[in-house]
Amino acid sequence: MAERYELKQKEVWDGNMAASHALRQAQVDVVAAYPITPSTPIVQNYAQFLADGYVDGEFVMVESEHSAMSACVGAAAAGGRVATATSSQGYALMVEVLYQASGMRLPIVMTVVNRALASPLNIHGDHGDLYLGRDAGWIHLIANNPQEAYDMTLCAFKIAEDERVRLPVTTNQDGFLVSHTAQVVEPLQDEVAYKFIGDYKPMNPMLDTKNPVTYGAQTEEEWHFEFKASQHKALMESPVVIDEVFEAFEKLTGRKYNRVETYKLDDAEIALVIMGSAYETAMVAVDKAREEGIKVGLLMPRTFRPFPYNEIAEKLKNVKAIAALDRNAPMGAMGALYNEVSGALAANGQSAIMTNYIYGLGGRDITAEHILEVIKETEKNAKAGKRVTDLQGFINLRGPKLSFN
Amino acid sequence: MLQIRWHSRAGQGAVTGAKALADVMARTGKYVQAYSVYGAEKRGAPMTAYDKIDDKPILDHSKWMTPDYVLVIDPSLVFQEEIVDNTTDDTIFIVTSHMDKDDLLSIAKHLQGKKVYVIDAIKISQEEIGRAIPNTPMLGAFIKVSGIIPFEDFLTSIEDILSKFPRKIIDGNLRAIKRAYEEVK
Repeated sequence: MAERYELKQKEVWDGNMAASHALRQAQVDVVAAYPITPSTPIVQNYAQFLADGYVDGEFVMVESEHSAMSACVGAAAAGGRVATATSSQGYALMVEVLYQASGMRLPIVMTVVNRALASPLNIHGDHGDLYLGRDAGWIHLIANNPQEAYDMTLCAFKIAEDERVRLPVTTNQDGFLVSHTAQVVEPLQDEVAYKFIGDYKPMNPMLDTKNPVTYGAQTEEEWHFEFKASQHKALMESPVVIDEVFEAFEKLTGRKYNRVETYKLDDAEIALVIMGSAYETAMVAVDKAREEGIKVGLLMPRTFRPFPYNEIAEKLKNVKAIAALDRNAPMGAMGALYNEVSGALAANGQSAIMTNYIYGLGGRDITAEHILEVIKETEKNAKAGKRVTDLQGFINLRGPKLSFN
Repeated sequence: MLQIRWHSRAGQGAVTGAKALADVMARTGKYVQAYSVYGAEKRGAPMTAYDKIDDKPILDHSKWMTPDYVLVIDPSLVFQEEIVDNTTDDTIFIVTSHMDKDDLLSIAKHLQGKKVYVIDAIKISQEEIGRAIPNTPMLGAFIKVSGIIPFEDFLTSIEDILSKFPRKIIDGNLRAIKRAYEEVK
């Protein structure tokens, strides 16, 4: 039996430590992982917990991330609670198996520390890996600070394992900006955290040899479409469960999470849509802008998938201009947040002026001052009643100004 | 918000020092951020670590800051002009050196006219801890210069934070902290 870990009411943890403790408290049956910067400490801390007697489950060291996710698939199909951690190139190497995990409806939890994708090689934070996994059929939760990295990881198990969902979940935190930044975290005691998640309920476990089942069967044109449609349906209907879990979490901790987070949006005339730690930096910018009389608010999808289209459109129905800020190289298009938000507005007959900004690639700093400039540009569009700024701009990029129209 | 920037070489314990200071201050009810700017460098490469301390939750995740204090824990980095980047006339520098302040400033001209305190944190850590890990003596010097919390409260917290280490290491660090508290000038 795992030993109880003595936790203070307030700990000073970085995002990695916060995620490690959440995995430990979930009493995961199998963690299979291949460490990679900047998520390495999650795996390292977890191995230390195991060595010190705080974990009962198995820790499997594998030879690559492809193997890590493959071992996770095997263990989850066998009927255990399963988790791992990765970043960037490791995430990329897992991609094939990410689709297997979601297609087999395996409720694996993966704590992702977001990092840029090579080339050129870079160990710092951006959303390249998150966007790479966008269509893999996983639920993607976003955490903006170490407290949220802890909270989202606890919630992830409860969402993934609900019998109405049974889908894998990632919890995302920005590399270094969250993963290596120590802040005050108020953890739950071990027994409280475990009770919140609950015991693991196996569904169709392969180790139940009296009831043999097949995972990963071949389906051609006669059944493949129905499988994928039913998988998509589970993802599209998961908000019911996500809302229930967030509500239960609020009752337990007082910390309220929403699938769509907003800041000062109620009376706003312009809005920024932004995801990750920069959402909090943007709060500082919004406060400064409001001191100057600019009515601006913020919006963030807490669930990048399933993407809360209609809720976002509803929250943005009164704004005149919106800037969507993507922390990812868009490579031949507008950023994903721009596209998703534009689609959400169009689907609801709304016509706020949309612009896109790319920022923070490979850990490039974004300050409240930078975001304040974006707010002022967006205000120009609202005042003109049409787009007078560039369609796609780049924040804190060196060299001559780059933009696309 | 109080902002502190550490200059160190990777492996000298600036990250641990920054996190320990954040932990100490969090115990007084403050909100904190402790982080560092990493490259892909190896042990020995120059690096910076940061503390932000405030009465309300710290939302700004940008790396940029105008430090109130600059703590230099490697004696060779004192001579790098980068240590004065983004500082103001009010920024206080606490630097590690075996030289006295006048001799140091005659060479490190970028520190002339600045508020500078000197402590030989390398020598203290070698003599008291047995290794050149100058982070904890720098904390002792910082507490003296800043007066941010009573020294006894600091010692109580830091002893608890160090409690995972063997008694010998804890005692060495406490001696180093106390000596630096007395010797910084």
